[in-house]
Amino acid sequence: MSRFISQRVVETIVVLLAMSFLVYGLIGLMPGDPVDIMISGNPHMTSADATRLRALYGLDRPIVERYWTWLTAALHGNLGYSRIYQQPVLAVLWPRLGNSAVLMGTSFVLGIVIAVPLGVWAALRPQSKIDYLINLGAFAGISVPVFWLGLLLIILFSVKMGWLPAGGTATAAGFGDAVKHLALPVAALTLSSVGNYVRYVRAAMIETLRQDFIRTAMAKGASPARVIWQHAFRNSLIPVVTIIGLSFGALFSGALLTETMFAYPGMGKLIYDSIMGNDFNLALVGLLFATLMTLLGNLFADLAYSGLDPRIALGATRSR
Amino acid sequence: MRIETAALGGYAALGRRLSPLAVASAGSLIVLVALAILAPLLSAATNIDPGDVDLYHRFAGPSLGHLFGTDELGRDELMRILYGARVSLSVGLTAALVSAVIGTAIGLQAGYLGGRLDAFLMRVTDGVIALPHLPLLIVLVAVDLNKVGLPDSVIRSESVDLYRIIIVIALVGWTTVARLVRGAALALRERGFVRAAEASGASQWRIMTRHILPNLASPIIVATTLSVGNIILFEAALSFLGLGIAPPTPSWGNMLTDAQELVWTDPALTLYPGLFIFATVIAFNFLGDGLQDALDPRAKARIVK
Repeated sequence: MSRFISQRVVETIVVLLAMSFLVYGLIGLMPGDPVDIMISGNPHMTSADATRLRALYGLDRPIVERYWTWLTAALHGNLGYSRIYQQPVLAVLWPRLGNSAVLMGTSFVLGIVIAVPLGVWAALRPQSKIDYLINLGAFAGISVPVFWLGLLLIILFSVKMGWLPAGGTATAAGFGDAVKHLALPVAALTLSSVGNYVRYVRAAMIETLRQDFIRTAMAKGASPARVIWQHAFRNSLIPVVTIIGLSFGALFSGALLTETMFAYPGMGKLIYDSIMGNDFNLALVGLLFATLMTLLGNLFADLAYSGLDPRIALGATRSR
Repeated sequence: MRIETAALGGYAALGRRLSPLAVASAGSLIVLVALAILAPLLSAATNIDPGDVDLYHRFAGPSLGHLFGTDELGRDELMRILYGARVSLSVGLTAALVSAVIGTAIGLQAGYLGGRLDAFLMRVTDGVIALPHLPLLIVLVAVDLNKVGLPDSVIRSESVDLYRIIIVIALVGWTTVARLVRGAALALRERGFVRAAEASGASQWRIMTRHILPNLASPIIVATTLSVGNIILFEAALSFLGLGIAPPTPSWGNMLTDAQELVWTDPALTLYPGLFIFATVIAFNFLGDGLQDALDPRAKARIVK
């Protein structure tokens, strides 16, 4: 088990390093460079000055060399300054990370709480009317653009009813205000991600309920509730956890759109703003944090997977 | 395997086995595609151009002259929706096709050739799957084409936005097909007819393209159909963020950007672009799901894997 964990951790680090190089290269391919921005801010600068500055900042060196310099600095905790916010990158990132965690975490938990009963209910009566209805709802959830859903919620609850704010975060201190500002973004993100979860739970449950051990459990006289939750649901958790772990990236993509349209100061909006504003340092670190978050999501899903399925002795060479 | 006989057994049989929902979806999509293709003709026939500004009739409600009303510049909402359909459908279908080709090529090699190549390709695939796609797409779309070394004539051409978005989406979208094809190729590799072909001295290329690939048609078609909806959502999202198709060319995504700014003035503008994205995406999903059931009823429970 511990060998499996260390192997997965090493893999995660390798993917993260590969991503950091890729993103570093991509950011370098974005229009302009830091010196161009200085030139646009200072009309007295000559092209000789620009060349000198490029040499000073090492922008004329090959990409691998520049990446190495950045990486060593980054590993020493120096991630550079944000151009837009005039602060160290990490100081800008931390509060945003917290905000995103609140938004994504709430939506995720809500999504699971809604999806599990619905998926199980549908799986217990396949091809029935209720199954059909739940499936239809799940398809609608998968197919709806989250930003349109957000707009509809704004129109309904902000424009027409005037109950909730259309964007931003808590202005006054207090829990109630924070909840009010979170309500619409969380609703939009949850509704757009719950459809997928329902489909995963339903499909896994249907597959599990077909197995022989379910028939055995029922023949033994176990109560239906016990068969459903203890026998079937526990076993269908294995594929569900894996696939939900893999859907963290999708959740982050949804969060980026939700945050941008509700002006919610989270990581997604920060990444978007930094790319649009040519804030190279911030964009780079923001993207890597987003990648790290999704990779950690996958890692936890893998660990949960091995914990849930006693048949899988990962990393060990025991024969089955 | 019953899959291949189903695929070759004639489209009539397939049509009979498709659920009514899938047939209805296919029908609506055909109508939408026809309308999108005919949009310039319709525009000429009705004398309504999607770019015609009419400041005396802004925010008009539905009328006989403007079935869906007009927007903030008095442009005809319906004609803009139809031109937007051209964007969404061409990006969705082309990017799905390109993704499928890349995914098939990678999956075939990984699955059939196996070994270290397989291990490497699957690591890359897993890595790409794990990434948050939208932020990555935003960076890819923001890449300066001058720095990539493309000639000026390409960069200045009118359809560069369209090509860029198709390529960028295909670059992250190939993984589903790659995994699917790899898994199936891995199983087929051990089958008798492949062994026989190997024994008779067929080249690896021939075995992959002539013996394995035809057996994978159904799952590839299903996965590609299902991916179109997702791609349309990504295109709409990028255009909504101002990174995809740039105004004044109408796309469903950038129409919603305008609608959000005017949500307090005219909430009705939000309705149609979003509804069309939603309907198109759900139709592709219904169709893909129906095809899956029709081509391989047993695969239904396997979608989780």
